[in-house]
Amino acid sequence: MSVVIETPNSPRTRNQANWEKYGWLFMRISGPLLIVLVFTHLVVNLVLGEGIKAIDFAFVAGKWADPFWQYWDMAMLWLAMIHGTNGMRTIVNDYTERVKVRTALNTSLWAVCALLILLGTLVIFTFDPCPAGAAADLLPSFCPALTS
Amino acid sequence: MVTMPAGTLYRGKVGMWSWVLHRISGVGIFFFLLVHILDTALVRVSPEAYNAVIAVYKTPIIGIAELGLVGAILFHGLNGLRVIAVDFWAQGTKYQAAMFWAIIVITIVLVAAFTPVHLARVFG
Repeated sequence: MSVVIETPNSPRTRNQANWEKYGWLFMRISGPLLIVLVFTHLVVNLVLGEGIKAIDFAFVAGKWADPFWQYWDMAMLWLAMIHGTNGMRTIVNDYTERVKVRTALNTSLWAVCALLILLGTLVIFTFDPCPAGAAADLLPSFCPALTS
Repeated sequence: MVTMPAGTLYRGKVGMWSWVLHRISGVGIFFFLLVHILDTALVRVSPEAYNAVIAVYKTPIIGIAELGLVGAILFHGLNGLRVIAVDFWAQGTKYQAAMFWAIIVITIVLVAAFTPVHLARVFG
């Protein structure tokens, strides 16, 4: 059986956005940014001070008391999720043969991506470092002491 | 007689293996990222919930697995720069194999330096 290839009677039109090219470009722009964001995240959280030992609620509250780290983590969240989801999409496109399977997987990927970006962003900006009723020894030191 | 297929510039060489490692490390980091966003979201539930889940990251087995995670992130990030160099730098293809080995060495050195520091905290 021979494969029928359409005769290219006219050159390819380029009046539409070239999404594959933008995706390719996004990976190359977000990648170096993520190196700075993630490598700094690893040094600050896992190398400096007491590293993993120090990580608890009070540690996170201390970091997010500073808008600098809120926006740092937000940028990391958005870029890493989109970069990772687009990478997964590339892999799905490589290994799926049936269009329905491919569409289902890619739709799930972007749905999870949107959901986690929304969740993470809400968590960063609605975070309460001194929740009422929490044990005082679990809270950062700047929380007002509870009067009993 | 069965003969091995003739080699190419790509197949079976660092070009192919860097691509394989980039995919595997990328998928691993992606699934960790999903878990990590969810565990961090627990700060919005209660300090107790967050601390209980974060305590898992300080256990010996997960603590050792974190060395693999750090290594995967280092390799994936540095190899991504190599891919960009191959795409945009005129000498990129000429030095792609040398860059791959440099990345392997840098990753091993950094993980080796981080390992005693991290494990002392996990087991200490």
